[in-house]
Amino acid sequence: MKLSPTWLREFVDAKVDDRRLAQDLSSVGIAVENISGEGKNAVFEMEIGTNRPDAMNHYGVAREASAIYNLPLRAVDSKLPATPGNAEFTVEIADQGGCARYTARIVRDVSIKPSPDAIAKRLILVDQRTINNAADATNYALWEMGHPTHVFDLDLLEGGKILVRRAFTGETIKTLDGVERKLTPEDLVIADAVKPVALAGVMGGFDTMITDKTRNVLIEAAWFDPATIRKSSRRHALHTDASHRFERGADFDATTKACDRVAALILESAGGKLAGLAIDAVARQVDLAPVALHLSDVHRILGERLETNEIFRILQQLGFELMPERGGDPDFTVHIPSWRLDVEREIDLVEEIARLHGYDKFANTLPAYAGAVVEAPDAEKDNKLRTALLALGYDEAVSLTFISHEDAETFSSAPVIELANPQSEEASVMRSSLVPGMLNMLAYNLNRGTDSVRLFEAGSVFEATDDGTSEPKRICMGATSPPLQNAQGWGTHDGGFFDLKGDVENLLRAFEHKSLKYDAQTADYYYPGRSARALMDGALVAQFGQIHPNISAVRRLRQNVFIAELYLDRLFPQGLRAVRYQALPRYPAVERDFSFVFEDGVTFEKIQTAVIGLGLTELRSFVPVEIFRGGNVPAGNYSLLLRARFQSYARTLREDEVAHWSAQILKALEGLGGKLRA
Amino acid sequence: MAYTVPKLKDHSAKALDKASDNLLAALEKESKAVKNEEEWKIFRDRWMARKNGVLTQINDLWLKAAPVEAKPVFGQKVNWLKKHVEGMVEVTNKRLLFAQLPAKHVKSKKKIKVETIDLDAFARDLKHGLIASQSLDITLPGIRRPLGSEHPVIKTIHEIVSVFRNLGYSVQEGPVIETDYYNFEALNFPPNHPARDTQDTLFIACQESKPQRERLLLRTHTSPVQIRTMENMKPPVRIVIPGKVHRNDPPDASHSPMFHQVEGLAVDTNITFCDLKGTLDHAMKALFGSSVKTSFRPSFFPFTEPSAEMMVSCFICGGSGKRGAEPCRPCKQTGWIEILGCGMVDPNVYGFVDYDPKKVSGFAFGMGADRIAILKYGVDDIQLFFNGDVRFLEQFG
Repeated sequence: MKLSPTWLREFVDAKVDDRRLAQDLSSVGIAVENISGEGKNAVFEMEIGTNRPDAMNHYGVAREASAIYNLPLRAVDSKLPATPGNAEFTVEIADQGGCARYTARIVRDVSIKPSPDAIAKRLILVDQRTINNAADATNYALWEMGHPTHVFDLDLLEGGKILVRRAFTGETIKTLDGVERKLTPEDLVIADAVKPVALAGVMGGFDTMITDKTRNVLIEAAWFDPATIRKSSRRHALHTDASHRFERGADFDATTKACDRVAALILESAGGKLAGLAIDAVARQVDLAPVALHLSDVHRILGERLETNEIFRILQQLGFELMPERGGDPDFTVHIPSWRLDVEREIDLVEEIARLHGYDKFANTLPAYAGAVVEAPDAEKDNKLRTALLALGYDEAVSLTFISHEDAETFSSAPVIELANPQSEEASVMRSSLVPGMLNMLAYNLNRGTDSVRLFEAGSVFEATDDGTSEPKRICMGATSPPLQNAQGWGTHDGGFFDLKGDVENLLRAFEHKSLKYDAQTADYYYPGRSARALMDGALVAQFGQIHPNISAVRRLRQNVFIAELYLDRLFPQGLRAVRYQALPRYPAVERDFSFVFEDGVTFEKIQTAVIGLGLTELRSFVPVEIFRGGNVPAGNYSLLLRARFQSYARTLREDEVAHWSAQILKALEGLGGKLRA
Repeated sequence: MAYTVPKLKDHSAKALDKASDNLLAALEKESKAVKNEEEWKIFRDRWMARKNGVLTQINDLWLKAAPVEAKPVFGQKVNWLKKHVEGMVEVTNKRLLFAQLPAKHVKSKKKIKVETIDLDAFARDLKHGLIASQSLDITLPGIRRPLGSEHPVIKTIHEIVSVFRNLGYSVQEGPVIETDYYNFEALNFPPNHPARDTQDTLFIACQESKPQRERLLLRTHTSPVQIRTMENMKPPVRIVIPGKVHRNDPPDASHSPMFHQVEGLAVDTNITFCDLKGTLDHAMKALFGSSVKTSFRPSFFPFTEPSAEMMVSCFICGGSGKRGAEPCRPCKQTGWIEILGCGMVDPNVYGFVDYDPKKVSGFAFGMGADRIAILKYGVDDIQLFFNGDVRFLEQFG
């Protein structure tokens, strides 16, 4: 919204320059965002809050300035020649809920032509299109004093009457913008005896507008119900200067002044003569209830005791009337000016007082506090995982929370949550998996020539449930790197499955568990045989591995991509591993290597289970060291070098003991069909 | 018979020399006997182990036992012996290493006569030959283990939260998918109120059959968590609420349909507007440096009254509006940056959570973490935060 400081100064004699005026207005919340132009052509770009329709015009802002500088406010000039007699026209309000007041005036024998320069220039300065002298008069009055008005070609109104009513089903109106609109019984309309002639408070009708041929005009200044206007404006997607003000609350007392002001402007620019007195139909009063003001409350909320004189002065200057109460409880009864529909409670007055006193004048203090900081339940777990992921070299990423229907179906089986007004088909449902977002980010990097990427995202997914929605927390990791030459399937860092599994193991290690098993029953978007699920004490806590080649193909991922998903809603109940110190061994460890050939079906898990099953207390660890295929190892078999480590906490181990245990291990491995290599 | 450290009968220099010669003879003999690495380790430990090694023993039996007047001489000798023993242990190890080298390498290198090894000469050799041959081009870049980078927005959220935690605020979180009631109605946005237009909302589909207050939407601010917390808790309340929020803003350089907020709420008896100002002024100094100033301007939010917008003096240009000769862009040359909205909790809000507005008062504030990160790091496009580009992310490591 634009305002001219020159125009504003017609109502208040501010002694400061435009720049200072702008600053001072901003500091009381009448924000001037920008100043352009110089001298008479200077323009303020305003940002007025939705609660202050009274300040969306020059006069209203001048009132604020008068309160800031403690200066008198000059009234808007709307003197009219005396015109006794009735206007011989009827205004009837059939819907008093929608329209509380409708004031009209008739001016006859006008000559419609372009507005005089002074008017046109001002309108152009505040970004208003000039139309003709009658229409411009309503606009001028709007920007000057804020009340929306409308002018009709009187001769096109049928039946000599205005009727304010709800529209009938099936009724239509062509509005000033040339659009034919279907009306519903919820729309409030201005009608003549036959047809709707304006969508009340929003826009006038095309067929009754002022044209070159117009000789006689009817001026409308009304007070419409804010909610009714807002609904109409929304229903017809028609946001106008008038609707903007009516839906925020107009000034009930201003209809006559506005009507007079428009009439005065028309008489001045279009000639003609007033036909009788104003017709002022009042269907109901819009009374603003007086508000009790306790100075103790002002102090309790603001924290500083302001002078009663200053409080009195601020409120009076803004148009409030303060009546001191006998006994001092409350201290004052405050009558609210008709233009301040936003002021209904004591706290609203407190804000007015603080605002005009100046926020920056209040002291900065810190409140006392008698409580304690309570940790969020998962804070420590979240932090543990995040720190580990960063240390493992994963960059923290954040992706958008929307995905496409197609991705939702591919990457989750949970019932999805759709948006009613999505920004696009690709962003039409709430993400039910972090995987598509992760794949997009990996692809984004690959497409820009970054081929070594490790990312993680911690965030919620969204699922529909029987009684609403749930937002389980997940972590998704994504990794891709160019294939290394001579990379073995296992045992070297190759950016592949086992690197990822190692990272997952590192993360899961932080949590208390009795068992941690891996199986291959992964979701369809994983590469079968190159992906795994982690089951911690039977609960599925993670799923990870290479992404399915079909998905890679569809997404044009030009190198292997690995994904891990951690289901925090199932992992966190495990609790963080309680750390207990274990005495360090004082006796040396003994290692023994076993080189075996196994059939491919013999997994490490089977081998490990068999060896652990021997129950050797001094066996500290049993790990694979090297895997080899090909060479002289027959097809369908693989060679595996295993290392056992024995150690006692009580004594140095004897050679014969170790030999005995090794023999047991050999036997167990042979039991799995393994052949000891020569 | 292995060498054992004798106690000295008298503490004359002569006795010391003799004992020292015996020790050195034993050292050389044992050194020669070392054949492999295991034996070398035993040899090393026997002479150098802190517990009961020969060096430790001579320290205890010779030096400590010596009378005060003999201490300087003994001290010198024991030190010299210490260096000698250490050298010998090192030399013995080198001899093993060289022995492992193929013959031609040994030939091409300096021939080492292990039997009559001269320690001083060997030290020189080490200095000039071996050490030199092992020297590295230390100007080559280090081999880095990759470290992950914190996301600038998450990092900013953590920083803000931490400032308020130190002021006694506990972290609270809440759902992203909210009801109309928590996102609007209980925050004093009545149905059909124009203030709702200022927060373009993304709605969940198929909600028409529900009453308006139960309809689901994506929360447009983290303020619903204020209501959820106050419903479950009596004053005093001090919470800080980080989280994702959504608005139906088409994506561009400064808008994203998803972004992050950190809100705070303090409710107690006797919390005042001055406290709001003081708390935020303190927080901004903690976040942006003790020299930043704050300024408050009236604003409008349905759930606070009085409401304010807080500005901080530009932490990029220090409030001058200029960076050298260039205009400062983050503050649009004004020297001030709008950083958050705040205000005293509107009494109507207390009505929704059964607090007595005559007894308690409080303040709330909220800021956009993405915007603060943008200002702090000079990022020119908010979209960079959400596309996972590691060239961008790794700048924040």
